Amino acid sequence: MRNDFSFLSLPILSRRSLLAGFGGLALTLGFARPSQALDVDSAKVLIGKLVADINGIINSGASEQSMYASFEQVFITYADVPIIAQSALGVAARSASGGQMQAFTAAFQGYISRKYGSRFREFIGGSIEVVDARKVKSFYEVISTAYLKGQSPFEVRWQVSDKSGRDLFFNMIIEGVNMVATERTEIGALLDQRGGDLNQLIVDLKGLG
Amino acid sequence: MFHKFGVIVSVSWIVGLLAVLPSGCSKAPEGAAFNDPFEAQNRAVHAANLEIDTLLVRPSSRVYSGIPKPVQQGVTNFSDNFEAPGMMVNALLQGDVENLVAHTFRFVINSTIGLGGVLDAADGIGIHADDKDFGQTLQVWGIKEGTYLVLPFYGPSTERDAAGLVVDFVLNPLGFFIPSPYKKLGTITKLASKIGDRGRYSNTVDSLLYGSADGYAQARQIYLENRRFELGETTPGDTFDPYEDPYAQ
Repeated sequence: MRNDFSFLSLPILSRRSLLAGFGGLALTLGFARPSQALDVDSAKVLIGKLVADINGIINSGASEQSMYASFEQVFITYADVPIIAQSALGVAARSASGGQMQAFTAAFQGYISRKYGSRFREFIGGSIEVVDARKVKSFYEVISTAYLKGQSPFEVRWQVSDKSGRDLFFNMIIEGVNMVATERTEIGALLDQRGGDLNQLIVDLKGLG
Repeated sequence: MFHKFGVIVSVSWIVGLLAVLPSGCSKAPEGAAFNDPFEAQNRAVHAANLEIDTLLVRPSSRVYSGIPKPVQQGVTNFSDNFEAPGMMVNALLQGDVENLVAHTFRFVINSTIGLGGVLDAADGIGIHADDKDFGQTLQVWGIKEGTYLVLPFYGPSTERDAAGLVVDFVLNPLGFFIPSPYKKLGTITKLASKIGDRGRYSNTVDSLLYGSADGYAQARQIYLENRRFELGETTPGDTFDPYEDPYAQ
């Protein structure tokens, strides 16, 4: 039986290793992966890499300041910052000029990294694990569980899309709390405080978060 | 006699609430993220609660943070164990057998091996249970969320959760069986445990309440989204695709 099984699986195994060999070759030669539509598995892999990076940072034993810098790097690498900035600005983004959107996106990136970077303090010594993924409308939602010291495990959902041309996450939902929706409320309130003056908000955002 | 009276009072409360709530709760506009017709009053209560936090709760939480962690954990465990019978009743009312069994095992194990609830021995052997409250029971019974409410001292709530909170005060059967001096221990440890939480999440709570442009709006949104998640309800924005419509939600 055992022999039969290995006999049957041998061609499959060799074909797999052949493919793996080609994949490895392509990687070493610097070929890009043939462009493929995002699916449940690749969304899961992407967030798997993201949480591996986060786990590496929160268990690195580095100073909190250098961890914040690392979080900003993770954010830039894995998040679609322009679309997050645009959704956070909401209706006001419609009347903004291209230049204003560019300046706002840059200011927003720093603001959001400082804000969430400092909250990741609570994550130090913990870990995040990818559990599942599913398709929602035209995007994918990857479900992960965060295990923090002295706290019940909780759920973090990452919404991933390839509509930007790259596989990136555009929202994060922690125990039902929607990051983009929260920021939309906050950015809306900041804009109201400034009488709707987007240029003033862009200047002030650099000192907030 | 007195115990029976207490049970009758709580039963009549439930019946009364069922009669009042479906018609009494204001209807939320379809697809709206929140329903807050009492915003002006709620904002006033929120402001008063912030004062209480600044003057009393936040300073107490700083002092409390200085107490050794194992002692703090013991207080929280005791409080949780005290609440377990109330959660058993709610699990029963919701027809949730799994959590009814889990809470019962947890209560028996923690009250004995766990030295009266100070140690969470059940957790050590892998028996976990979901929190159960009467607001959730009302939801299971089909009662709508109602409007958003900010309660004095307590903070964010909804019409349905506020009603649940009142019922939970009298629903814990432990209240009927133990001598009254010990009843206070449940209340005191619960308060201490809440103050402990305020200290543990001080960064996040401070930035939310004091660092936001509109702390009231942030608290409302976060409370409602998190509570709906807990109750297995959906929030409209959670399947929003910004690539289809980047400006509106």
